[in-house]
Amino acid sequence: MVALPPRERSQLRCCGASGCRSAGAGPLLAALRAAAAAGVAGEPSAIAALTTAEPGSGLEVRSVGCLRLCGQGPLVAWDGPEGTRLFGGLPPEGAAALVAQARGLAPIPLQAEPALAGHRLDLEQPFFRLQRPLVLEGCGIVDPERIEEAIAHGGYAQLRRVLQELSPEQVREQVRRSGLRGRGGGGYPTGLKWDTVALQPPGRRYVVCNADEGDPGAFMDRSVLEGDPHRLLEGMAIAAYAVGADHGYVYVRAEYPLAIERLRLALQQARHQGLLGQGIAGSSFNLELEVRVGAGAYVCGEETALLHSIQGQRGTPRSRPPYPAQAGLWGAPTLINNVETLAAVPVILRQGGDWYAAIGSDKSRGTKVFSLSGAIRHTGLVEVPMGTSLRTVVEIMGGGDPDGGAVKAVQTGGPSGGCIPAALLDTPVDFESLLALGSMMGSGGMVVIGQGTAMPEVARHFMAFSVNESCGKCVPCRAGTVQLLALLDRCVERRATAADLEALEALCAMVKATSLCGLGQAAPNPVLSTLRHFRQEYGAVPGAGP
Amino acid sequence: MIRRHGGQSHGLIEVLHQVQELDGFLSKPALLQVARGLRLPLSRVYGVASFYHLFRLQPPAEHRCAVCLGTACFVRGAGRLAVGLRRRLGLDLDQTSGDGRWALERVSCLGACGQAPVLVLDGVLFTAPPADQPQELDSWLTALGLPAAVALPAAVGLPAAVGTP
Amino acid sequence: MSVITLQVDGHDVAVPAGSTLLQAIQAAGLSVPTLCHLDGLDPVAACRLCLVEVEGSQRLLPACASEATEGQVIHTDTAQLQGYRRMAVELFFAEGNHVCAFCVANGDCELQDVAVAVGMDHSRFPYQDPQRSVDASHPRFSLDHNRCILCTRCVRVCDQIEGAHVWDVAERGSDCRIVAGLDQPWGEVDACTSCGKCVDVCPTGALFAKENTTAEKHPHPERAHQLRRAREQQQWIR
Repeated sequence: MVALPPRERSQLRCCGASGCRSAGAGPLLAALRAAAAAGVAGEPSAIAALTTAEPGSGLEVRSVGCLRLCGQGPLVAWDGPEGTRLFGGLPPEGAAALVAQARGLAPIPLQAEPALAGHRLDLEQPFFRLQRPLVLEGCGIVDPERIEEAIAHGGYAQLRRVLQELSPEQVREQVRRSGLRGRGGGGYPTGLKWDTVALQPPGRRYVVCNADEGDPGAFMDRSVLEGDPHRLLEGMAIAAYAVGADHGYVYVRAEYPLAIERLRLALQQARHQGLLGQGIAGSSFNLELEVRVGAGAYVCGEETALLHSIQGQRGTPRSRPPYPAQAGLWGAPTLINNVETLAAVPVILRQGGDWYAAIGSDKSRGTKVFSLSGAIRHTGLVEVPMGTSLRTVVEIMGGGDPDGGAVKAVQTGGPSGGCIPAALLDTPVDFESLLALGSMMGSGGMVVIGQGTAMPEVARHFMAFSVNESCGKCVPCRAGTVQLLALLDRCVERRATAADLEALEALCAMVKATSLCGLGQAAPNPVLSTLRHFRQEYGAVPGAGP
Repeated sequence: MIRRHGGQSHGLIEVLHQVQELDGFLSKPALLQVARGLRLPLSRVYGVASFYHLFRLQPPAEHRCAVCLGTACFVRGAGRLAVGLRRRLGLDLDQTSGDGRWALERVSCLGACGQAPVLVLDGVLFTAPPADQPQELDSWLTALGLPAAVALPAAVGLPAAVGTP
Repeated sequence: MSVITLQVDGHDVAVPAGSTLLQAIQAAGLSVPTLCHLDGLDPVAACRLCLVEVEGSQRLLPACASEATEGQVIHTDTAQLQGYRRMAVELFFAEGNHVCAFCVANGDCELQDVAVAVGMDHSRFPYQDPQRSVDASHPRFSLDHNRCILCTRCVRVCDQIEGAHVWDVAERGSDCRIVAGLDQPWGEVDACTSCGKCVDVCPTGALFAKENTTAEKHPHPERAHQLRRAREQQQWIR
């Protein structure tokens, strides 16, 4: 949540997540803290006022998780008696002015402060107003490195309650009733998955969090890991209790160093507080969680490849069934859910499954987090009810094309998804609607494509990605994607013949139908969807026979 | 290090991460030691080490330049940025120069989509170059301290092969 | 032992519970092409040639790695499957350097047999002509990477039957290749017992004995099954 209710004593929340860090949040946070501690440099009257101020009037400057509008980073929120004001792209030199304003010691009103001019962001704009933060409700409020803050905001309360009041079956019933579906891409009903694991014959079980967020242009899970890791740990612990697991792993991609650092710290703090480990919160429930770090392999987001990687092996998928829920880590039943799915669990338990199910659309319940990027005015993170139209997300919230041009298409689902043309922007965002258009929900990356980009180039971009990330185990993906890429080269260079296009479509169908895992099966989707909606751009060269 | 992981074979990837952190890369003697410590077949250790993109089996180049080819960067001109880098370094993507001075790498998303396109030069992130103005892009790259363009061997086709492994 | 019944291409067939679809197909007196599968080795379902259609399922299932279930109705030779199989074989030929006329395995090569079976005489996809090497460092055997189709039978027989685990797959995607030890010349890998099982099970001319020249290789893929059965069930069959 970004906007907070008015509060008497001002505080500054500076985004310390990766996006803002890459835009300079580190130096800005240091400058804000220095200014808050030392008084306002260059303003003798202000310093004099400060020294005479009441003790305890010090301004708190906090490092928090993602404040959503990543493209305007680094972001700072000032919460005070007037409510929240948001500033973007502030250089460290502007820190003193903001601190002076926040302390109420500035000689000039906020509107007249030149150092802050042009940095104020409107919190009433649709980008913020239309958000419905559930998964992200603590992200941007709590300091992710302090478990006390998470607990003060209700963290681990549901875990404690569940352990005291509910049976594992009762927990699973709430999750079933919520209608929650896997947020990693497939949309498999979460309650059903939990039941499958729980109802396996007695014996050891594992719980695994898939935090190998690999789709280019997707950074939802990273924001949860970096901004509110305790919410994930609470969700995981509840899941482990519900399926009878006493051991689990969070598998994070190595490309997320800050997320790994914060997750490890969070685990340590939770253990220290007795919220993980033996006899959690005074109950007889035990759970050990470990972080496992990937090493650069997109395919490890596939469940069976991920399990191999946790076991220290090559990240190659295997044929299913048996499903991991039946035989996963070291042959034991294993529950695998992605970050966003598990992070939705505490709120479902708090408000009840029926409450959650009332949000969203008929077959896709609850909210979904999307990361908006590409040719769009507002790049960042949005959480909206399922069923919100693409137009609302892209044009109203995202502000459309930055140069005022028309949006050409929206790419959802990463390398497994497809491109949806502007004409179909009224499509509601839910699992079935996107699938019907030849795309898919995927993990939540939404990349907006402007008029200047040719669609065969987009298809080739994704195919190059799939070639580079294919594990090489099965022939359609290993060799088929290479041939598809060569055919797409011809399309991009406008050398494709009718026979090439025919071969392209036939090979797409073959790779889709016969590949071993989801990576290969979905690799043709960007080609098929652009062929379907933008066929004219592929235009075969007449007469240029092979 | 191996003992810290309980000497268990499933700790292989963790151990490799730590060896690489210490040595900068995974040398054959180091892999041999890891295999012996974890009691794993040599080919299994090599198979895993060579599977994952982040494990380096060669000493790292003096300077490393990684260009993000994630979708958001792609839409905002990362292809043109990559062409500029390839021309200046005389290298293809995922290639290291013969003298070990420069390595040009691709990454598939650094999560800095808000500042796209981006590149990482010796661990420092640089954002939002003027990718659609060739001249300005050129001076931007010069300002980063990249060498001037070198003559490319004919085999390095430009620009059609951008994004092609 | 409980028995399940299913239908394969219109034939009713009964097999012991736990059988694979491939065993059910064979029990019906039919066959599907296979390359990576070998009786006696754990299935990997990598070559995708044995995919079959199952009524009521959207997905194709690899016969080698799927358990037969009661009442299944499967089709092994539809026009769609024929098309996919042919394309898979074309991809195999296009990604390596397969020249039958000069190959030790000519006439006794499973890739060649499958190509004939699916009616593939040329690849409509361009040949990649990859630069691959030959490892002749072992005193008795050679490995020609040009002919390797990455079925991983050698990797599995060495690990699962011989227990030496000399071989593994290195790299990924189209760069995948079989390696001995730490990517060493085969002859330098002291884990190798020179048992020759990898040569026996190789479906192409990638692994061969040095004394063999063109069309002289005659492998013994059945040995994997024989050895496994002897070890696990104390049954020696010939």
